[in-house]
Amino acid sequence: MISSVITWLNDPSHWRDTRLNTGIITQLEAHLRFSGIALLIALLIALPLGLFIGHTGRLSWLVAAANALRALPTVGVLVLLTVMIAPNFHGRTDTGYVIPTEIVLVLLAIPPILSNTYAGVQNVDPAVRDAAFGMGMTGSQVLLRVEFPCSLPLIFSGFRSATLQVIATATIASYIPLGGLGRFIYDGLAQQDFPQMIGGGVLVAALALSADLLLAAVQRYAVSRGISGRISKKQVAAPDSRLATVTQAEVATV
Amino acid sequence: MIRFDSVTKRYPDGTVAVDELDLTAPSGKITVLVGPSGCGKTTSLRMINRMIEPTSGTIWLDDEDTAKIATHELRRKIGYVIQHAGLFPHRTIVDNIATVPYLLGWDKKKARSRSLELMERVGLPPHFAKRYPAQLSGGQQQRVGVARALAADPPVMLMDEPFSAVDPVVRDQLQAEFLRLQEEIGKTIVFVTHDIDEAIKLGDQVAVLRVGGHLAQLATPAELLTRPVDAFVAGFVGRDRGYRALGFSSAGTISTHQEQTAALGAPTPYGAENGPWILVVDEKQIPQGWLDLDGVKPGENVITDGMLYRGGTLATQGGTLRAALDAALSSPSGRGVVVDDAGALLGSITASEVLALIEGREREPQP
Repeated sequence: MISSVITWLNDPSHWRDTRLNTGIITQLEAHLRFSGIALLIALLIALPLGLFIGHTGRLSWLVAAANALRALPTVGVLVLLTVMIAPNFHGRTDTGYVIPTEIVLVLLAIPPILSNTYAGVQNVDPAVRDAAFGMGMTGSQVLLRVEFPCSLPLIFSGFRSATLQVIATATIASYIPLGGLGRFIYDGLAQQDFPQMIGGGVLVAALALSADLLLAAVQRYAVSRGISGRISKKQVAAPDSRLATVTQAEVATV
Repeated sequence: MIRFDSVTKRYPDGTVAVDELDLTAPSGKITVLVGPSGCGKTTSLRMINRMIEPTSGTIWLDDEDTAKIATHELRRKIGYVIQHAGLFPHRTIVDNIATVPYLLGWDKKKARSRSLELMERVGLPPHFAKRYPAQLSGGQQQRVGVARALAADPPVMLMDEPFSAVDPVVRDQLQAEFLRLQEEIGKTIVFVTHDIDEAIKLGDQVAVLRVGGHLAQLATPAELLTRPVDAFVAGFVGRDRGYRALGFSSAGTISTHQEQTAALGAPTPYGAENGPWILVVDEKQIPQGWLDLDGVKPGENVITDGMLYRGGTLATQGGTLRAALDAALSSPSGRGVVVDDAGALLGSITASEVLALIEGREREPQP
């Protein structure tokens, strides 16, 4: 079984487009496009919203409401939206299917980004926030110069988990007649071509892991070393060396 | 100068944190607000830079009504040091210190050189500049906190229990350096603490607040110790008031007795003029400790560090009566060691001689 999956993946004709079949490369691109657009939209909605809620403490019920979204059955929503939206589009276009897919993926990606951004801002040390205001920063300066950089590790972890989920779930675009790596899974299932089906699954997993590794690299670059704790060992807090030299003069002032 | 003009802070639930407070913190002096928890000292402090808005009354910064200045403008003019330093964890030390200069739009190079200058001022080595707060000890972080507050050279500094989260040894050191720094910079400082000893040590004037935000007494530390205005203040100022008040009386120039000494590293002597204890000094005449001649064989041993009794404190010539008395009381020989400013031995004084000085001193003039 494993060897036939490897054979399927290694067959160059599966990677290129042919007259009858769409190849892996093209489907990979389609998959990345669905996922990328969904993640971008989710980020544009959830990040500012999370920062706002965390900073002001207002509208925090939205975070709980967004988390409730996670309970939605993805395929059910997709089918419902497709039935509602697709008939409005005619002719040679797949827009009627792309819109429902993106909506579903965006709904999936918002909760982890939103709740982590909110939690990140909330978790900023109150003394740090107090000092930031006390130094004379305005509200938006506190948010952008202190709270946002300090919450980056949590924001990244939310975005990375959203990425994993979206890439894995984008396979359902193929449930309605769209491309993406899900094509191989659904077609393989329908044709009882299990090497193709498993091969598709392996490709999705590989894509998700690569995306996560890429984001991990970006995170390493973007998060301050003072927060991530990546600090060279020999520089770690040494006891105050001046303690060792309590002078006679200081003793005399006791 | 900071002036509270019948300032009240009442919370929506009816709690009165500060009640009709009138208080003036004179320019160039340290005013300490002290009191038990719930006395409104931190609230009063935070109303100055409007981290908390007063319910009624006016706080004047020189002749400006603070309520009429935009909060962020006001705060940039006032240095602010808080208990846990509150350094920005994502910024290096040099950038932490330069926070306010950056906000004021200084050129980056100028802000950084100012920040390096301040690191030196507060006793941080320059190689700390590129470190992050997590790499520093609590005491070092607090030094950075002080430097950050001073960065834009504000005339006024607010300090909210800045030294209470560090261990006692570091605290003493930070307090001593803070006083030395203040001598150089002469800021108008309002300092909050719950520790009456700290208040007495640091304050030019001390405001004792009682629960409910009432000012119980505003006085100099010496006056607070000698003339507490009521039972609450007396109780709060605590025990040993008489002894502690000696810390504010200069001993003048103490006439000392010649003290026989032995050198560290020399053979143990064959006896001393005044009983078994002999003072051991190093080559610079700096006292190292007392040696008990009854406990060693004369002439056989070399005097080493380990043989010394180091319990005695030293009094500095020109210091306080408290230091002189303590030197005498803590010395195993009964003779308190007096040194000059460089730490070199001048001579000794006994407890009864210090007591004679205390009794003979002029009574402080009544206010």
